Amino acid sequence: MNRRAMRRFVSRFMVGLMVLAVVIAVLPLLLILGSLLLRGAGARSPAFFVSSPAPVGMPGGGVLHAIVGTLMIVGMASLAGIPLGIAAGFYCSEYNGTRLASVTRFVADVLNGTPSIVVGVFAWTWVVRAQGHYSATAGAVALAVLMLPMVMRTTEELLKLVPVSLREAALALGYSRWRTSLVVVLRTALPGIVTGSLLSVARIAGETAPLLFTVLGSQYLSFDVDRPMAALPLVVYQYAIGPYPAWHRLAWTSALVLILVVLVLSIAARIVTRQRFGRRD
Amino acid sequence: MAQPADPAATPAPPGQAQSRSLAGGSLGDVVFKWILILSALAIPLLLGGLLYELVKGSLPAIEAFGLGFLTSSVWDPVAERFGAWPLIFGTLLTSFIALLLAVPLSLGVAIYLTEFAPGPIRRPVAMVIELLAAIPSVVYGLWGIFVLIPFLTSTVYPWLQGTLGFLPIFQGPIYGPSVLSASLILTIMVMPYIMSVSREVLLAVPEGQREAALALGATRWEAVTSAIVPYAKSGIIGAVILGLGRALGETMAVTMLIGNSHEISASLFAPGYSMAAAIANEFSEAASTLHYASLTYVALALFGVTVLVNAGARLLIWRVGRRGGSA
Amino acid sequence: MTLENRMSLVARSRPLFLSLAALATVACGGGGGETVQLTGAGATFPNPVYSRWFDAYYRATGHQINYQSVGSGAGIKQYTEGTVDFGATDGPMNAEELAAVNNQVLHIPTVLGAVALTWNVPGVDSLNLDGNAIADIFLGRITRWNDPRLAALNPGVALPDRDLLVVHRSDGSGTSFIFTDFLGKISPTWRDSVGVGKAVNWPTGIGGKGNEGVTQQVKQVEGTLGYVELIYAEENHLPVAAVQNAMGEFVKPTLASVTAAAAGVDLPADTDFRVSITNPQGTGAYPIASFTWLLIRPDMADAAKARALRDFLTWMVGDEAQAIAAELKYAPLPAPVVTLVNARIAALTANGAAIE
Repeated sequence: MNRRAMRRFVSRFMVGLMVLAVVIAVLPLLLILGSLLLRGAGARSPAFFVSSPAPVGMPGGGVLHAIVGTLMIVGMASLAGIPLGIAAGFYCSEYNGTRLASVTRFVADVLNGTPSIVVGVFAWTWVVRAQGHYSATAGAVALAVLMLPMVMRTTEELLKLVPVSLREAALALGYSRWRTSLVVVLRTALPGIVTGSLLSVARIAGETAPLLFTVLGSQYLSFDVDRPMAALPLVVYQYAIGPYPAWHRLAWTSALVLILVVLVLSIAARIVTRQRFGRRD
Repeated sequence: MAQPADPAATPAPPGQAQSRSLAGGSLGDVVFKWILILSALAIPLLLGGLLYELVKGSLPAIEAFGLGFLTSSVWDPVAERFGAWPLIFGTLLTSFIALLLAVPLSLGVAIYLTEFAPGPIRRPVAMVIELLAAIPSVVYGLWGIFVLIPFLTSTVYPWLQGTLGFLPIFQGPIYGPSVLSASLILTIMVMPYIMSVSREVLLAVPEGQREAALALGATRWEAVTSAIVPYAKSGIIGAVILGLGRALGETMAVTMLIGNSHEISASLFAPGYSMAAAIANEFSEAASTLHYASLTYVALALFGVTVLVNAGARLLIWRVGRRGGSA
Repeated sequence: MTLENRMSLVARSRPLFLSLAALATVACGGGGGETVQLTGAGATFPNPVYSRWFDAYYRATGHQINYQSVGSGAGIKQYTEGTVDFGATDGPMNAEELAAVNNQVLHIPTVLGAVALTWNVPGVDSLNLDGNAIADIFLGRITRWNDPRLAALNPGVALPDRDLLVVHRSDGSGTSFIFTDFLGKISPTWRDSVGVGKAVNWPTGIGGKGNEGVTQQVKQVEGTLGYVELIYAEENHLPVAAVQNAMGEFVKPTLASVTAAAAGVDLPADTDFRVSITNPQGTGAYPIASFTWLLIRPDMADAAKARALRDFLTWMVGDEAQAIAAELKYAPLPAPVVTLVNARIAALTANGAAIE
């Protein structure tokens, strides 16, 4: 009896520890969001969104240039990374079992785990040094390299969920194979693929390391993709390690904007997936 | 592979292909197929290009220092002598401490969420923790500099030094930016990965395992330790290794918190350096060819390590998935 | 196939990036006038004054000069790689670096700045230091604030019994160059063990990125001592130490003491401007001061860029810009140096031809 009580106690004690673990695990998110709201929202002013930075140490200024820069760089990366990733994912699910499919799948997994700073080094040697100057394009290339395997793997996983019977039916109706793939399979899996793409956009939007030596940064609002450009994550980094209180305020507000973009994308993506594919847990 | 054969993957009998080409699909099929093949080829080519550029870039350093580069601890840009050991050591140490703290924490959460938590809270809590993985690294860095470090240096570190100060790792001056600060931010960052993957693995454990243990009179905790965790063991190890991969390559937050010093110190309160942080700080300004090549060499080494770690993790997780499927 | 069809095909097959770029150019060029964009990178030491200058110049002319303060080492590297239109550094390029660009570089001095020693210890508001004490601090030989040697230099200052934490630069830095150049002149131990350079093997301390990073670390961590450009300490309300000069005086970095440091400089007409003015003879001179330079191509490929850069340089050494510098506690260039610089600017070319 005593032993039994002891065993029960151990069980309860461990559960208690686990609840504690949950609390500790959730705490950082609350603390981070809390400090972002507290310090970021307070500094927000119209100037923040509509002007570019003032000279160092001068009051005022905003991060319009960085918001535009991030939108353009991430936009370009998505234009390259998403279609290519979807097509590659398509190949791996359509031609599952071929040598190329298994190689591509394995390599994509390897690339997914590659530190983004390494991709930055790669983009520097491959684009910046070859072109001879820093450019937003070089940053977009680095981000596209990061996106490609992510989009490819999610696309593949989601296409696998399309019922085989659907495909067979289309083929039986005399649809050619590419029309079957595009019209039937892709349309069925489309919401999921959109979700996967959104998630990958959310992930690369906050990437800093690959931008350090590709887009370089700029204090001007610029639309020229062949020139250095500003980006939100770079602004957060540069302003966070600087000494000026005005910079710190800008860093917090920029981080808040960045995180809102990222979280809205991630949460939206998750909700869409859950509704579509009703996960089992 | 165990899935039902995909009709699209099996070669169609000649007759069928004939009839389809009559229907006008043949050209479309060929074009479509080649578009897909080229896209799929892009990924291995990219890896090849990446490796090629890294190896080419680091050749001068490889020729000058050989493998000794990885064990030498001199980093002297004036004398042009470079060794990556302090960087490798810093990377390994921060990752190790991060895992030491994150593994029990995230396993606790994963087990609680799959085995004990009331149904309605399971998904929201998991989602909240997974959102931690969505926060950009640079935001962790920002938060680390202005919230975490002031808190640690004012309360936690002095307390650690007061109570455990007899240990060499807690001796010496408290800087703030340090190996321990970087490790703690890494802990927060890798936790969601380990938690989320081990949760997936635990969800894949068949219900029979659990029920059998409970039927034998085990408490719910005993069912976890005796039946469920052993079943999912290799998958959990895979999750941990995946977290390790993340920790090794993490750049911005570590760069902002580790203190950027090439000196190796016994104290966790002392500043250190990591491979990724050194690249981030020094790459765009490496003045000499050899300095630049050395940093590329560091990138190559980091890339090599993460490839090994990730491939290992995938293999382990894949094994559990297969066992779960066949059981 | 009609010509029109073919044209649209060509347009469609063009890489997307290019057409986007074209669009962006059109969008920007809408303002009319021929404005150019120049990219420069390098020293963080003069960044406060550069960013004021480029902003003022942009407002006046519409020419955008995008300057990234990434450190002098990066400035030289990017100049060498040709990834920027101009570089900036506070440590002149050495023989090896000059060889890498076939001597195709002009060092154009812009202002004079001082490297200030700054610290964060509550209760310690003033500090006297000499070169050897500074060397020993950065060698890790003086590790407590109440070290007898510091106490001897600072009679009457209550130095606390606490760890002295060193903050240095983690990146290749002209500030580090000026600082180590000074220490190398004073302390043979420093010269032999650490050396003089933009990036050295620091025996102790934490690294901050840029003058910004070092300032931030000093501000945030109590017990620290670091070296930064004067304006970084001033703007952040950090104290600066008086350093013993070659005449034995303890001098604080100020506009006057930095100007005094450059007073003895006598440059020949064919100078390349690469002169060190650390530890100069002369009363009232602050010993850790230096020119800071822009790295300019004597012959640029793009005539429009060359013209914009030349015009900027001419404006920069003029009274208006130099007055802005003085506001930020950078010392203006001595008049003889301005004359020499103007002669050099006039000789700049674009594609071998004189700039209109």
